[in-house]
Amino acid sequence: MKKFFAILMALVLIVGCFASCGGNTAPDAGNDGEKVVRIGVFEPASGDSGAGGKKETLGMQYANSKFPTVNVGGEEYKVELVYADNGSDQSKAPAAAAELVGKNVSIVLGSYGSGVSIAASETFKNAGLAALGVTCTNPNVTAGNDHYFRICFLDPFQGTVLANFAADKFGAKKAYCLGELGNEYDQGLVSFFKTAFEAKGGTVVSDSFPTNSSDFSSYINKAKNEGCDVFFCPVSIAYATQIVAQSNSLGAKFPILGSDTLDDNMVLDAGKGTDIQLYVSTFYSEGGNAEFDAGIKEYINTNSEALAANGGNDTISAVTAMGYDAYCVALKAIEAAGSTDAGAIKTALAGVEYTGVSGEIKFDATGDAVRDTAYIKAADTANAAWKFETQQTAA
Amino acid sequence: MEFVVSQILSGVSLGGQYALIAIGYTMVYGILRLINFAHGDLFMIAGIILVYASASLPLFISIPLMILLTVLLGFVIERAAYKPLRSAPRMSVMISAIGVSYLLQNLALYITGGQPKTYPRIPWISETITILGATTHIVTVVTPFLVIALVFALTMLINHTKIGIAMRAVAKDFETSRLMGVKINSVISVTFIIGSFLAAVGSVLYFTNYPTVIPMSGAMPGLKAFVAAVFGGIGSIPGAVIGAFIIGICETLIKGTDYSVFSDAFTFALLIVILVVKPTGIFGEKTTDKV
Repeated sequence: MKKFFAILMALVLIVGCFASCGGNTAPDAGNDGEKVVRIGVFEPASGDSGAGGKKETLGMQYANSKFPTVNVGGEEYKVELVYADNGSDQSKAPAAAAELVGKNVSIVLGSYGSGVSIAASETFKNAGLAALGVTCTNPNVTAGNDHYFRICFLDPFQGTVLANFAADKFGAKKAYCLGELGNEYDQGLVSFFKTAFEAKGGTVVSDSFPTNSSDFSSYINKAKNEGCDVFFCPVSIAYATQIVAQSNSLGAKFPILGSDTLDDNMVLDAGKGTDIQLYVSTFYSEGGNAEFDAGIKEYINTNSEALAANGGNDTISAVTAMGYDAYCVALKAIEAAGSTDAGAIKTALAGVEYTGVSGEIKFDATGDAVRDTAYIKAADTANAAWKFETQQTAA
Repeated sequence: MEFVVSQILSGVSLGGQYALIAIGYTMVYGILRLINFAHGDLFMIAGIILVYASASLPLFISIPLMILLTVLLGFVIERAAYKPLRSAPRMSVMISAIGVSYLLQNLALYITGGQPKTYPRIPWISETITILGATTHIVTVVTPFLVIALVFALTMLINHTKIGIAMRAVAKDFETSRLMGVKINSVISVTFIIGSFLAAVGSVLYFTNYPTVIPMSGAMPGLKAFVAAVFGGIGSIPGAVIGAFIIGICETLIKGTDYSVFSDAFTFALLIVILVVKPTGIFGEKTTDKV
């Protein structure tokens, strides 16, 4: 009897596996015979960067609700978003990428986080797919390949912008840099910041913390003890919230500088009601495009899932605006290609020019967007809101 | 001076929080010879329960409720995942524990949707004070005293109550105490209840200092507490507490130097050294071979 039960359970599991695999192999036609083009969303929905990935996806979903169809060679195609969760984990990324390839997508958007994008790059390349990075800022994402594009600025640019900002605004001479061990995004930014800051005559103390750390008090104490003028931490959201909260409890007076990852309302919440000074460089500042702001706020407030994905309020993250732009660029590429063939879209994408909510988007020879300014936002800790500080260039 | 004081304060408080988790490991090991890998995750679940409970209930109700639910969860885990394997090889129970650990992590991932959750501010203990120029939370100062008080209470329980005597008997010889009429299952349940209670209290202290809860929040503290339990001699409660303080303080001090990258490497290197040099830990009992 027990044996029979065990076999039965095993069978149930196997059947379950097959059931979840089935149904994905449908041809390029919807239920009612209308033509469908699929766009792959390669974003983390879990892990350290889950919160950021969800906000980026939110922008794409909003764009999809606004532009649900695309004109391909004179025919209206329905656009379907296909999701794969890369779990913010470089070891899971190739499997998530393969999942998208298996679902016959025509182009891929993402990911939030450069490390996972780099890890999945080869899978997209072998499938002949074009990938459009939304906010992955590490140079290695697009370098040396012709299938990965991106619509955001790069880390050497961002690191330089922040170093300039630290020197111009605070007259900083000594900076403390903190990044996660083995995270290409963090370590890349720290090294670019260091180069630019030292070129301005400053000195840098840098540290790395192991993955899954939650105690940052030692690093903050060290920065205080070394007499650093600014604290630069281009880290994931979960760590950033800890750093902001712990800096406050340790009575740290220095301004905290963050990269685009810190532009998140979770980080704002952590600093709410404190006297922490927090500045972040980012792609889009709320108020930059009134029509988009109003539209997405309505979308978030009328959809409980979207509200949860945005962390329970309607503050607009820059990554959401970027997700929206990425979707629009992808539609342009599909239109320009006049086909749902991945290869044709890849060729067409290089020539796309588009004016999105985050500014002009045009690709250079490596597949990077040509961008020369970043927005710096400051946290208004009394109201838990971002306020626009300045536009900073790398020069 | 301020720097050193601040580092030591953080170290002592971190050590205290590890100690509360380490006791759970060491008690379960002492009685069942089982390394309960799910213990760190139970600690994380306690954090998540309070995040959700405090959203709709005042803290003086939600904290006791959280402790109650965590204890209940610890009890249910033992009944559902370990008790049916009582006569199975020890390895099966360990694998079951790893399974529970992953189950809890993924459950938390499902509930939170991967978003980091901000821990509620608990009045009084999350206020800041200044000691010798170093600013810190009140919880940092309270933790070591609370740990010592709880360990004292626990020692009294083990040495001077009927259930305590039963626990010691079961730890000494499982089979014989069963023959002597000790109700093995209720003794084991009590062990899990005490361990879960301490993990719940530990989670309040830990997350007040480090106020973000993610599904992986329990993994690292759990592992460090396990190392602390082995370091002190697994099965020994004073050993676990002292081991936890040593690990917490060393870790924080190393992070303050130029070798901060190696802080975790130090903890785990210590585990290897202890296992090689003195496998029973500082306070571990000598194992006598039973014929």
